[in-house]
Amino acid sequence: MASQEISQEITITPAGALGSSLVDRLHGLVITVDHKKLGLMYIGTALMFLVIAGLMAISIRLQLAIPVNTFLEPDVFNRFFTMHGTSMVFLVGMPLIAGLGNYLVPLMVGARDMAFPRMNAFGYWMFLFGGLLLYFSYLGAPGLAGHGSAPDVGWFAYAPLTGRAFSRGTSTDYWILSLLLTSVGSTVSAINVIVTAITLRCPGMNLMRMPLLVWLMLVTNFMILLALPALSAAQMMLLIDRYLGGHFFDTQAGGSAVIWQHFFWIFGHPEVYILIIPAFACVSEIVPVFSRKPIFGYPVMVGATAMIGLISVSVWAHHMFSVGMTSVGNTFFAISTFMVAVPTGIKIFNWLGTMYGGRIRFDLPMLFCIAFLFQFLIAGLTGMMLGVAPLNWQLTDSYFVVAHFHYTLVGGFLFGMFAGFYYWYPKAVGRLLDHRLGLCHFWLFVIGFHVCFDTMHFPGLLGMPRRIFTYDAGRGWETLNLVTTLGALCQAVAILLLVINIVRSARKGKLAGNDPWDAWTLEWTTSSPPPEYNFATPPIVRSRRPLWDLKHPEDPDWKYE
Amino acid sequence: MISEAYLPIAPEATGWKLPSSRKVAIVCLILTETSLFSIFVAGYVFYIGKSLTGPTPREVLDLPVLATIFLLSSSVTIVLAERAFNRDRVGLFKLCWFATIVLAGLFLTMTAVEWRKLIYHDGLTISTNLFGTTFYSLVGLHASHVIVGMCLLLLVFVFSLGGFVTIMHRERLQMISWYWHFVDAVWVVVLTVVYVIGR
Amino acid sequence: MRWWAALKNPEMVLSMLSHNKRVQNDLNPAANPWRTQAPPKRLRWRPQLSFAASVVVIAWLVHPAFGNPAQVTNLFQPLSQPAQEIKEVSLLVLAICAAIFLIVVGLLVYAIVRFRHRPGDEASEPPQVYGSNQIELAWTVLPILIVFVLILVTSRTIADIQNRKPPPGAVQATVVGHQWWWEIRYPELGIVTANELHVPASTGNSRQPTFLKLQSADVAHSFWVPQLAGKTDLIPNRENRMWIEPTNPGIYLGNCAEYCGTQHARMLIRVVVQSPDEFDRWVRDQQQATSPATNAAEGRKAFLANSCINCHTIRGTSARGKFGPDLTHLMSRETLAAGVVPNTADNLRLWVRDPQKIKVGCLMPNMQMTDQEVDQLVAYLETLK
Repeated sequence: MASQEISQEITITPAGALGSSLVDRLHGLVITVDHKKLGLMYIGTALMFLVIAGLMAISIRLQLAIPVNTFLEPDVFNRFFTMHGTSMVFLVGMPLIAGLGNYLVPLMVGARDMAFPRMNAFGYWMFLFGGLLLYFSYLGAPGLAGHGSAPDVGWFAYAPLTGRAFSRGTSTDYWILSLLLTSVGSTVSAINVIVTAITLRCPGMNLMRMPLLVWLMLVTNFMILLALPALSAAQMMLLIDRYLGGHFFDTQAGGSAVIWQHFFWIFGHPEVYILIIPAFACVSEIVPVFSRKPIFGYPVMVGATAMIGLISVSVWAHHMFSVGMTSVGNTFFAISTFMVAVPTGIKIFNWLGTMYGGRIRFDLPMLFCIAFLFQFLIAGLTGMMLGVAPLNWQLTDSYFVVAHFHYTLVGGFLFGMFAGFYYWYPKAVGRLLDHRLGLCHFWLFVIGFHVCFDTMHFPGLLGMPRRIFTYDAGRGWETLNLVTTLGALCQAVAILLLVINIVRSARKGKLAGNDPWDAWTLEWTTSSPPPEYNFATPPIVRSRRPLWDLKHPEDPDWKYE
Repeated sequence: MISEAYLPIAPEATGWKLPSSRKVAIVCLILTETSLFSIFVAGYVFYIGKSLTGPTPREVLDLPVLATIFLLSSSVTIVLAERAFNRDRVGLFKLCWFATIVLAGLFLTMTAVEWRKLIYHDGLTISTNLFGTTFYSLVGLHASHVIVGMCLLLLVFVFSLGGFVTIMHRERLQMISWYWHFVDAVWVVVLTVVYVIGR
Repeated sequence: MRWWAALKNPEMVLSMLSHNKRVQNDLNPAANPWRTQAPPKRLRWRPQLSFAASVVVIAWLVHPAFGNPAQVTNLFQPLSQPAQEIKEVSLLVLAICAAIFLIVVGLLVYAIVRFRHRPGDEASEPPQVYGSNQIELAWTVLPILIVFVLILVTSRTIADIQNRKPPPGAVQATVVGHQWWWEIRYPELGIVTANELHVPASTGNSRQPTFLKLQSADVAHSFWVPQLAGKTDLIPNRENRMWIEPTNPGIYLGNCAEYCGTQHARMLIRVVVQSPDEFDRWVRDQQQATSPATNAAEGRKAFLANSCINCHTIRGTSARGKFGPDLTHLMSRETLAAGVVPNTADNLRLWVRDPQKIKVGCLMPNMQMTDQEVDQLVAYLETLK
């Protein structure tokens, strides 16, 4: 019973929980193998890194707010954007996915835990140690100047800037080793989610009855298994170069700087889809519930996701149009890039089809989904523009690209995650997030997002390259950058509201009950928060929407599927 | 509205059967390992003939016939061991399992002998040229997988000597053998790329 | 630091917010001269304040004749061939994207408004629709058609730009990226210079494209002058090619666009497009080696005696270093340190005294010279016209 009490006390911010002593609770976290606790730990840690990396982004924006600013030294600036990018992808994006998969997949397939609970805990701790190691570089990496310094080679760490000759000290080694650790964590967690979804489904839930979220998680985690080793392999090679005198990326000894870019983007481009597909997953669960209709074209959605997964492994070099590939190579990668637009378009239309004819309730999760749809559409369109290789020669590595991928990752991924957060928070905590604060968070974030990232496209069109710590006045970039910075500050305030909301609602929020949204998937059948064993008796399902069947015995889904 | 999980029993629920977790997991592991090896193989192939200095593969590499025979036959012995285990012939199982370990050890010894010759006789180290870098990385990555596999095999062998390996562990043994077959298959690729195409 | 100073000096706050160069320069030009900007050459329009600026930028896209300020490197105002062709393609792509955007957002807004939850809806659920094969097929085929158009346009443009062969008589230049400056060589003309690429303009009758070979001496860089062409990377152990064919004389600014270390931000390139006659004159000037300086003999001696010669070349002397920029015609260049400060005597003096103060992290060390030595050296350098 004691452990069950803990599971009910656990919230996103363990410090806010009441009950047993802090040491007991921390000990509980360290020894836990419960997928729900681990999922929340993943998400909580990700939010912590989100705040840290967000503060770095704010500093970067303050530095760029006015021309020839001296707020940050060049080296500090370069470390900030490296750490910002690395953290956001590996310490925010990946654990958010892992957390979401951990928390939801067993509940949604009607299982009592993940397939390998101890391995699950191992994955989390690997990720956490990796993240802490990366930040330890601020204390422990003697840079050229002899004091501590974080990696400063950019998050994609192009060779040969990372070689011994140009990156002395150990900061790059921290980058390599910490990411190798988090990769171990991600791989383990990916295997776990896949195995859970395939082998622990409750009776009756065949593959085509899985909730879409589970399907999309399956695809994402398969992509992690296939893509992540490319990065790990490249990093091992880099370690061999740096410590054993190897020549993989040593251009002096005939090595190629371009092959690092290939290896990195063979990982890096699928990674983008790895991040966005879980956002699709949240949207695909939330839009139907708040439109009061089943998802439009479920099999097509599954197929389109699989297509995105397949095509995404053949588009990597569209990040490299400017490295001087042959015209045939450029054309191939331009074509494959456009191809991604087809399944992505299908998905957007299917979400619209789901809303069409429904009765749309504008609760917070749905608001975030609508903003997601709008923003992801724009991100997709600018992505298509970037796929036009000649235009890409102009826009790559400019602020246009920075705006584009922030549109995907903030406007797409993060909005999807927020939607999911507002949707499942009551399940995890037992209390609803405060609606008024949530609305403030939503509108401030949407406004801040658009002020920041809509504006950011234009300096790129005016020739502003990315990763510059300063620029001169007179090139038409000043006002645009100032506006961008104001937008960034606005988003920071919104995130602050979210954090306040999380902490406050954990104690004072309205009680949620089992099924606050009148939803249809299995996680809403159990209590909020769910008991440690999730389901007293394993549920049995006959359709994609088991709770619909239960609530509408006169018109159940299984008659039509 | 709904207090506890209660859903009507579906007709399909009877006889509901799903794949084994272990098998799916090991397939996933093999998948991700394949991806890792692919990148190293791609790196090797990309750098064939691009070294600025010698020695070249043609000068120093010999086809490792014996090592290949050892490793590939270990795949046979492990199958025999498994079969013996399934038929409850413990003695034969132990023998075949041990033979697998010995063959793996012989393979590693051959690799060590080859590396010794390359380093001390031919002067090829990992930092000599691109060939050295890619060769030791790829072959070394494979050898490290052999070592991991050998540790697993040894562990099982030690337990089986104590009589702790029972029919309960059948699937686990099977998983080790899948992994071992994978390591063998990788060797075939490495052999082709390094010793046949790369030479 | 600067913010702190600004708190005590309201005028400075004003200058920071207004981006008005004149205010900034008048404020304290002596204290930090490297912050001063080169006087705008033909700056007719300066974007000032207000959120409406982005609207103005959109206006640019549609209306390229809106303005042509020398320093605003708007890629929608190309003045050279590949950039021109890219702009035409991008307008088409932009139009397609805008159409898709309007249609989808229209549908989204319609769905939200038309199918919003209304009071009284609680009692029942809407009709449950699971999908429709025809509709889904339709919105699979439609994107495929659009993609097909994009593929055709893109592949044609790629081939057109990449497969261009240099005509006889085209100017050939080699650009070598260094941390953090550009080495520019004209192998056929025997010229080596830095940070300023001079090319002839193409006039109506005589087309005069310039073909560039791009290399790197250390890490990856990228050559980007938006109004002339898209960017191409400079990668060590690899030779890339690109070409430009500018039509209007003038100075075109560009940046290094691939992150290359500490001072990536201040690795600016200038392309000086000249009329063919002017270009020929420039070539003749550059081809001459330096003549033994008459009135700066001490400076010359100081230069040759110090380790300056390990990194710098001055043709006609024993200085043959390769790591730093060729100084033979230093004073013919407009800026110092790859576009960081204008090339004036004062800046030159500050630079020679301690380069790290002007461009922290750059590879030229503080040579610890006395004031007198610095003066002599600068006097000598000023003769290198």
